[in-house]
Amino acid sequence: MSEIMLEIDDVSKIYAGKRGMFGRSHMVEALKHVSLSVRRGESFGLVGESGSGKTTLTRSILQLERPTSGRVLFEGMDLGQLSTAEMRWLRARIQIVFQDPYASLNPRMSVHDIVTEPMLIHRETLGLNRRQRTERAVELLSLVGLGAQHLYRHPHEFSGGQRQRICIARALAPGPDLLVLDEPTSALDVSVQAQVLNLLCELQDKLGLTYFFISHDLGVVRYLCDRLALIYRGEIVEQGDCASVFDAPETEYARALIGAMPEVKVPPAA
Amino acid sequence: MTAPLLSIRDLHLSMSSYDGKAHVLNGIDLTVNRGEIWGLVGESGCGKSLTGLSISQLLPSPPADYMAGEIMLEGRDMLKLPRPELQKLRGNRIGMIFQDPTTNLNPAFRIGDQLVDVALAAARWKPGILDCPPGAGRSERKRAARKLARDMLERVGIPDAGMRLDSYPHQFSGGMRQRVLIAMALIGRPDLLIADEPTTALDVSVQAQILKLLKGCVADYDMGVILITHNLGVVAETCSHVAVMYAGNIVESGPVAAVIERPEHPYTRALMASIPTRDTRRGMLRGLAGSVPNLITPPPGCRFAPRCPHATAACMTGVPAPVRVGRDHAAACIHAKEPETAHV
Repeated sequence: MSEIMLEIDDVSKIYAGKRGMFGRSHMVEALKHVSLSVRRGESFGLVGESGSGKTTLTRSILQLERPTSGRVLFEGMDLGQLSTAEMRWLRARIQIVFQDPYASLNPRMSVHDIVTEPMLIHRETLGLNRRQRTERAVELLSLVGLGAQHLYRHPHEFSGGQRQRICIARALAPGPDLLVLDEPTSALDVSVQAQVLNLLCELQDKLGLTYFFISHDLGVVRYLCDRLALIYRGEIVEQGDCASVFDAPETEYARALIGAMPEVKVPPAA
Repeated sequence: MTAPLLSIRDLHLSMSSYDGKAHVLNGIDLTVNRGEIWGLVGESGCGKSLTGLSISQLLPSPPADYMAGEIMLEGRDMLKLPRPELQKLRGNRIGMIFQDPTTNLNPAFRIGDQLVDVALAAARWKPGILDCPPGAGRSERKRAARKLARDMLERVGIPDAGMRLDSYPHQFSGGMRQRVLIAMALIGRPDLLIADEPTTALDVSVQAQILKLLKGCVADYDMGVILITHNLGVVAETCSHVAVMYAGNIVESGPVAAVIERPEHPYTRALMASIPTRDTRRGMLRGLAGSVPNLITPPPGCRFAPRCPHATAACMTGVPAPVRVGRDHAAACIHAKEPETAHV
């Protein structure tokens, strides 16, 4: 149950200053000795304000960024030590859903092409022929609440919530175990956000996925996640079970952040 | 009883597009008094920003076309004023703050110079704000405007205001830039402040500071405020009144406490149920099925009916009029009940 799937071990990232037209820019320490671990099957929330290092950490997990020091371990394998080919193979198991569904779908590709592209890239791992890929695309679409009738449409024909469902279907295409969700609902309206959050809960129950959920919205994290870590200026300031962090925050920063959260009390449904 | 600060009556607005005319505002009624903070909430495309822009007459026409209604600012109809008159009101009587603090400041000028310009422009119609004798020379007025700019920056909580006047916008953080824009909007001492999503681009801790500041300004200057937002949490913590918009209509309005404790319109209830709270159990969040109606060919009758769980045949005929459901609290739903029968 509590098997560790992803471990971030003492990761630091320093962006060296660059010499530019107007002199030298400062060195930035984006991550300072970050350590955390995500267990199989759980939802782990990473919460921080803008500039706190959330994105740098995400990019380090996906190996889009090389940490200056420290290791990122996926099922015990050090991602930094893997060859490009091995990493490509592993990428089928770690997928990401981005924040802005309007910017992360190619407007010139049909939904079919968008959803089957990862299967094409990982065809050696998955071994699906053309027809099987299309069949799987239909399956995935129905899994995320769309249907076969949407297969040959283009992104502009969909609303924001539907587009985010397409992004989720694409992420699920190579059969990942870990889904990195980078603020997947912050570009959506609350009623649509509710639908997408429910879909994520449903998918996790059905497919046994592990979520690494990045957000600045504490309410959403409290709803979806089992555990969370608060990141502030590149350092993890608090981490633990969602319930205990929200009920009894230990650090001043956590208290301030939870206190600043605007809340509405919802009366029971009539 | 004096005339209210702002009173919008039965405002209809359409926008022309390639596909036809979209009826984006469909009979808006809103009254704002001094000292009140009205929250205008709704999802994207419901017309909340258009209402704000209509008040200061900032929509180009065409495509905008006001088919009916009036926007009275202390007895004067904004829709009938000639352009030069409108220009006098903007900044002096009506202040505006927009969502994105990064694009609303000119990156090429110092903060102080931008504030001084606004102060001098405002002082043409309101010489009192500069606090210098009539007939003062240009340099004297400029010095007074600079002092006012510094005072305003201090007022909105920027440390070392005197020094920061010489900074450029890129040297400020997002929260500080939004403070500068608030200072800029308040420098002409407006009676009505329209804040269009002022904290959406900011972090929660900064948001809390900005909202507190806004509240303080209302008390100090006796203004009326319209706070446009999609965040009901922000409304609950900041506003005195709220108007919930859906597809170009105000579907429910009233004092914040009443609306949030006893939402009577099904849309308000649905909106509130889709926000995850402390007690929402995993997988139990209730979203809202369907999507916003097409405003070029809106559904007949109640525009919310196609998505409403309580819709009946009667909902499809005729636009529902607001029904009084409590003190100053109204809901535009034919199923809404008068307080005597609905709640004992």
